[in-house]
Amino acid sequence: MTTTTTSHGRRGRARALPWYVLVPGSLAVVFLALPVAGLLGQAPWGRMWTLLSAPASLEALRLSLATSLLATAVAVALGLPLAWLMAHHHLFNGAWVRALVTLPLVLPPVVGGVALLLAFGRRGLVGQFLYDLLGVQLPFTTAAVVMAEAFVAMPFFVITVEGALRSTDRRYEQAAATLGAGRWTTFRRVTMPMIAPSLVAGTVLCWARALGEFGATLTFAGSFPGVTQTLPLAVYAALDVDRAQAIALSVVLLAVSVVVLVAARGQFVRGLLR
Amino acid sequence: MTRRAALPGGILAVALLASSCGGGLGAGSEDGATRVTVTVSAASSLTGAFTEIATAFERQNPGVAVRVNLGGSSALAEQINAGAPVDVFASASASTMATVVAAGNAVNPTTFARNSLAVVTPPANPAGITSLSDLARPGVTVAVCAPQVPCGSAAASLLDRAGIRVTPATLDPDVKAVLSRVTSDEVDAGIVYVTDARAAGAEAHTVEIPTSENVSTDYLIAVVEGSDQVDWARSFVDFVTGPGARATLTTAGFESP
Repeated sequence: MTTTTTSHGRRGRARALPWYVLVPGSLAVVFLALPVAGLLGQAPWGRMWTLLSAPASLEALRLSLATSLLATAVAVALGLPLAWLMAHHHLFNGAWVRALVTLPLVLPPVVGGVALLLAFGRRGLVGQFLYDLLGVQLPFTTAAVVMAEAFVAMPFFVITVEGALRSTDRRYEQAAATLGAGRWTTFRRVTMPMIAPSLVAGTVLCWARALGEFGATLTFAGSFPGVTQTLPLAVYAALDVDRAQAIALSVVLLAVSVVVLVAARGQFVRGLLR
Repeated sequence: MTRRAALPGGILAVALLASSCGGGLGAGSEDGATRVTVTVSAASSLTGAFTEIATAFERQNPGVAVRVNLGGSSALAEQINAGAPVDVFASASASTMATVVAAGNAVNPTTFARNSLAVVTPPANPAGITSLSDLARPGVTVAVCAPQVPCGSAAASLLDRAGIRVTPATLDPDVKAVLSRVTSDEVDAGIVYVTDARAAGAEAHTVEIPTSENVSTDYLIAVVEGSDQVDWARSFVDFVTGPGARATLTTAGFESP
């Protein structure tokens, strides 16, 4: 609370901006804005609806929606307990767990895909048993898409929520406990409402990342329409033959990203900095 | 597996080329001859063969360095039509070369090699593939190039002509990606070029497709109009189409046109 007041105070004092900040800063804005402008400028607005309602587009849209929502559900179901453990339990608090959770954020997704193959492919660490004993082959299935997306997107949720959990005032929880509330009731009635904004932000960011996943999906799950070819893969496949189609699908992904950014605002960054 | 995944290979190829160019330049300055660089844009399926051919050409012509720019044929054609300073273009398909000719950037291309398709399996051949029709068996996982790229459209017409219905497990963006799925034993079989099957060596088992059933693609080469090095470009084209390069191309698995 006190930090907010100080930053407000600082913002109040206006000063002349030095050119060596203003020029590169503006350049950065232009650099980031131009590709977006290019995409929007080249978008086939007139044919947008036709392109997006084509069976191939709808198939990719449907698959992307289903897999990204499932991946988000997995990330929340596993990630919320993990975030709680990381915030409150010494065993999950170490640098190792933290590094492991952050790894998919910085790892090139293609490498993530290769790693998933080496773990769950039919010659992989676990995959060989699945294949030899049960005849189950994960790669090239829709389940593999969900796994790839969850692997890459879960950290966004965990880090956001863990940051929020860490900064909650535990005295509220203690008070609830002294008043006779059980652990679960305390979590549900006291902790959850306190971290609600971060929960929402983490979930939305995680979903957006899952929706945009490309490298790990292509490597681990392959690309086949209706089974594993999600929106980003469809964009890539269309790029060589039907640029308009590729751009139309890209605009959809761009629109989703913008909505997500607005919805999630600063919550994620705050979580990362903690 | 993606273009991104193919990048390290590309970087390696560029590094190798850079080193081979260095040798060529060095030889030229020792002889006191003028340094000349011939830029060749070649389809990525020519990677191995053209790297060797360029070295042989440089050895034969001290003072001349050949810079090979590898990539997908259609991307290379687009670069040339956009005015890239290229002296020679070697394309993996007649239709791609046709776009360059139509734009007035090349005349009279020569067909210098032919490639066809092969089925490859992991060395142990886990699904016991012995013929093209085995790919249609239920439970057999198959990797094929996406229909947008030449190897994919060739594979599609191969299966079409044979009347075999295959549901691939994945449609990959390029032939190297298909090959790597096979060599890493993630799929039971893949359809690649004969030259890729040969380059894989012991890492893959090749199931040959009878010539009567097979689909082939032609490789065409031409001097690019407006080249600064027309004479050297012409002699490189002659070298590729002549006996000097024949053995290299044959060893790589290319057929004579």
